[in-house]
Order: sequence, then structure tokens, then C-alpha cells
Amino acid sequence: MTAVARKKADWSNAMFVAPFLFVYLSLLIYPLLSGMVLSLFKADLFGGREFVGLENFSRLMRDDIFLQAVSNTFYFVLLTVPPLTVIPLILALLLNRTTRVAAFFRGVFFSSSVLSVTIVTLIWRMILMADGGFITNIRAFFGLPAIPFLSDPNLVMISMAMITVWWCLGLPMMLYLSALQQVPRDIYEAAELDNSSWWRTLVFITLPSLYRTVVLVAIFQVVLQFQLFGQPQLITQGGPNGASRPIVLFIFEVGFRRWDIGYAAAASQILFVLILIATVVQYFVTRKRAK
Amino acid sequence: MSGIEIRGVSKAYGQVSVLEDISLSIAVNEFIAFLGPSGCGKSTLLRMIAGLEEVDGGEIRIGERRVDNLPPGARGVAMVFQNYALYPHMTIADNMAFGLKNIGVDKAEISRRVADAARILELEPYLGRKPGELSGGQKQRVAIGRAIVKNPELFLFDEPLSNLDAALRMRTRLELAQLRRRLKATMILVTHDQIEAMTLADRIVVMKDRIIQQVGTPMEIYSRPANVFVAGFVGSPPMNILKTEIADEAGFASVTLGGHTGIRTGIRMDSLPASDHWRVGLRPEAIRIGVPDQSDLNATVEFVERLGERTLVYARLEDGTPVTAEDSGLSRVRMGDAVGLKLNAAAAHLFNAQGVGYHADGVE
Repeated sequence: MTAVARKKADWSNAMFVAPFLFVYLSLLIYPLLSGMVLSLFKADLFGGREFVGLENFSRLMRDDIFLQAVSNTFYFVLLTVPPLTVIPLILALLLNRTTRVAAFFRGVFFSSSVLSVTIVTLIWRMILMADGGFITNIRAFFGLPAIPFLSDPNLVMISMAMITVWWCLGLPMMLYLSALQQVPRDIYEAAELDNSSWWRTLVFITLPSLYRTVVLVAIFQVVLQFQLFGQPQLITQGGPNGASRPIVLFIFEVGFRRWDIGYAAAASQILFVLILIATVVQYFVTRKRAK
Repeated sequence: MSGIEIRGVSKAYGQVSVLEDISLSIAVNEFIAFLGPSGCGKSTLLRMIAGLEEVDGGEIRIGERRVDNLPPGARGVAMVFQNYALYPHMTIADNMAFGLKNIGVDKAEISRRVADAARILELEPYLGRKPGELSGGQKQRVAIGRAIVKNPELFLFDEPLSNLDAALRMRTRLELAQLRRRLKATMILVTHDQIEAMTLADRIVVMKDRIIQQVGTPMEIYSRPANVFVAGFVGSPPMNILKTEIADEAGFASVTLGGHTGIRTGIRMDSLPASDHWRVGLRPEAIRIGVPDQSDLNATVEFVERLGERTLVYARLEDGTPVTAEDSGLSRVRMGDAVGLKLNAAAAHLFNAQGVGYHADGVE
């Protein structure tokens, strides 16, 4: 093959990755970069745009509503990520067997994951509503007062976390189940012959085998839960008094209700950096432990 | 130290029976090999002794204790798995110590036993490594070490050499034989490799189709196969088993082969029952290459395998019957040659219509 022909062939090979590259660049990299640029402008949705440097970021640091949203988001991540890492693991350990009952419950626990956020919030509103909700009715039957799950600033984020855990535990459970099925059967048989108790088998054989999956699930959940939006938007609109407003809802309100696109873009950059830091820290901490 | 008594053991998975009415006595310190083709039930029987499979019927005793209702850990057995089954996240030392820690053995004692096993198996440089950093042969030695440290009453080996390459397999086989002499424990080896069974075991249990076909010393199995399956399965290349007719010649059975009658065997006629038809069994070493027309039979060579110390000659008799014969390592026989075949008919075996084997007296 001549050098010219080879060069031509090399370029034609690039056609194989071109569709992916086009979508990746136009839908991910370009918006990311233009968002970064936008965060340096005072801009609105009608096209008016004025370069302000880091003014948007400085405003954000003084904005109590934004700082409350950041704190709400961290609180929510802390409330959801540990249960979403541990509960699916327990479920997977219990349901990793070939019985029909286990298959049924695998289906039951996974079924919530296929629902859209609209349905999920609708269901949980009916359960948690202080006025005529499912829990309120049960408590009323026993003569107990209603709990203001969605209107008490101290309870509302816990309620959001509860809803989210219920909604999201299916996928991590499936990841754990598939990891469990990768562990060779004969290792467990060797452990049985080694007189290993159920607990010691779990601690010394099963959990070390699942370590990578646990890390994967935890990182995945951190990234996902930092982006909380649908649940508070549909149930409380961030209330009461901003107690359930996460960063993404703040961005949405600033960008699409107040049309302050530059300011919203700056908040988006901060969320991006927060997720990045959390993920990198988690990755390095777990990698160090694995070593 | 314990012998093993297996009485009327059976096993089925749903409608599929895998073992039927297996009974076997294994003496203290005996090395037994379960030999058979894939799917014959040999591994299932081993796993039932280990407690990894439930026993559907019958009972298993180790020493005086009935064990078939005990969990695996309570049976006093150690097993070496085909795929090693080492704990991948533990070091080699921890792999060996895990079973001892589980039963609360004193730390100093654990260290002593692990060090001893590591010395015997030449694993000392690897104690701090993880299984993933070792070669197949080293992993297998760790698996054996994990069994040794437990000082079990019974060692079970489930095809321990089948994942090793040919050279390593031979070396590990020798190591197993030496280990056996040193440990003085009852051992059961499951294998489909007859050389492993022949070289390591005191007695071989040949299995096929859910049942035991024959139990005997390696030479008994080789020289006096109980039936046509054992005759064909043990020995490489397999025994020639050819259709024949028998006649009485001075009290001994004589057979017809390749159109030639009157080939006298060492089998007494009065030891044979009536049968619709007969097959004669001759191992390749009982058929030697000779000069055409001056030997017992004439044949044409179809294929020659030169193995160095001997030569295997695949030939066809004048009536078209294929036979395998043996010649010296220096044989000059070539494909297409006409050769004579000299039979050591005294070493012939006869098999009746049901496949039951009959042998010359005094053949061991």
C-alpha cells in the first residue's frame, strides 16, 4: 500500500467513529464549554449579554438562597448515598438464589426503578400528604396526629431521601446481583469445607469480591443524587421556605423563571465542580483502601 | 485415621439419576482413585463424601462416624478443587490459615502449621502474595497446602492436575505421590486420566453410567478387566476388542481371528459360560510385528505412530478388521507395508455377549 493510499484509508477509518464523535462533541462538549463561557456573562434568554468576569460566582457566594441549596444538596446526598449503597447490597445478598420467591422479589424491588419521576412523586404525595395521605389515615385510625412530612423544614429532605431510596434501589441491586453471580461457586464450597460461618463467609469472601461494585455504585449514586431535581420540583417546589431546594432546582428557577442565564450557568459550573471533587475524592479514597 | 464406608448411596437430580446403589469400602491410609469418563458420577460421589452434595439414599461413614447428614466442615475432610478455589483477596498464608482461624486454632499453632506446609510445598517465598500473582502449578500447591494444614482424616482431590500443562502435571503427580507417603492419610482422587489413577492409587474404582464397573489394584484393572468397558477404557492405546468364535482345544478356548482359526488362549474352556457371541481382547503389546506369512496373521499397515521408545502400528487384517499392534522404537514399518502379526494369545481376554470379561488363570 502506498503512503497516499494508506493516508486515505486511515481517514476513511475515522468515519466509523464520526457519528459518535459528532454527537459527543455537539451535545456534550460544546454545551459544557459554552456553559463555562456563559457563566462569565450577564445574559438573559432574549440575547442580551455583557461580560462580567467572575461577578456571577462572587454573587453566588453571597446568595443565601444558593448557599442554602448547596447545603440542602449535600444533606440529601448524605441521606441517600449510604442507604442506596447498603440496602441494595443487603437485598442482593438475600435474593441471590434460584427460588421462585427470590425471583418474584427481585422483580418487586426492581419495578420501582422503571417508574418515571412523575409517577413516583404522585404515589408518594398520596402516601405522605399531611391532609388525607395514606400514613395520616393510618395514624388517624390509631388516634395519632398527622406528621407534616412535606411541610416541616426538618422533615422534608428526609422525605425526599425516602422517596429517592425507594425509587432508585433497583438498579444497584441488579449490579450487586450480577457481581455476586460472578463469584465462583467453588470458593464458597471451599469456605464450607473450611468451617466458615455465614458471617465470616460474608466478611472475608463475599464483600471483598464485591468491593469494586460497591465503589461503582457509591460513585454512581453520588453523581446521580447531586442532581436531585424532579422530586422536590414536583412535590414541594423547593419549599417550605427553601428547605427542599437543591442546586439543580435553584439553577432551573434562576435560568428559566428569572431568565438570568449567566447566573444559572455559573451555578451549574459550581455543581459540576462539586460532583467532580466528590467523585475524585471517593475514587482515590477507595482505591487507597483497595491497595 | 479413618477408613470410609459407602453403603448403597444413590443420587438423582430431578428425574435424572446420576449414581445408583454405590457401595465401597476404603481402608485406613488407602489411596483410591475414582476413574471414569465425563458424566459417570465420579465427581458427584466425591462431592457427596465432602458434603457438597446431598445424599439421596444410603449412608457414608468416615471411621465410626456416619457423616452424610453432617455439614462439610464437620466431616474432617479437606478437598483440593480442580480450579484451585483459592480465596482471591487473601494472601497465600491467609488462604492456608483461614480454615484454622474459623475453628479457633491458636495463632502460634496456625503459624507453625502454615510454615510447615509452605516448607513441604516450597511455597515459602510466596506466602505474602495473592493467588492472582501465582502460576497454575503454584496455585495448585497452595490448594494442597490449604488441605494439609487442617490435618484432615481424609483428603479429597477433584481432578487436581487437569488444569496443568503436561510437564507440570507429571511433576505435580510425583509430588502428590511423595506427599502421600509423608502424610499417611486416606486419600481419594477423582480423575479421568488413567495414568494418574494407575500411578498414584492403591486401588482404582472404575465408574461408568452411574455405577461402579470394577474395583481393584491398578494391575488387576489392567490385566483382568471386569468387562469390555474397563478393558477399553484403561490402557492407552485401548485394548483391541474383536469379534470372534471360540472352540475347545485341549481344554482351552481357541479363537478365530482374521479368518485364522485355532489361536489358542490361556483361558480354560470350563471357566466360560454359554454365550451367543464372543469378543476377544488383546492389548497392543500382545500383538507384535513379524514377517508376513511367517506369523499368526497377515495385515496391511494403515498408520504408524512413532513414540520414541515404542512404535504403534495401526493395521487392517486380511478380512478388514482394524487392529493396533506394537513394535520396537526402532521399527522400520511404514504405511502400506504388508506385515505379519505375532499374537501373545496367552494374554488374551474373552468377553461374552453381556460384556463380562474372562481371563487366563495366573494373569496378574
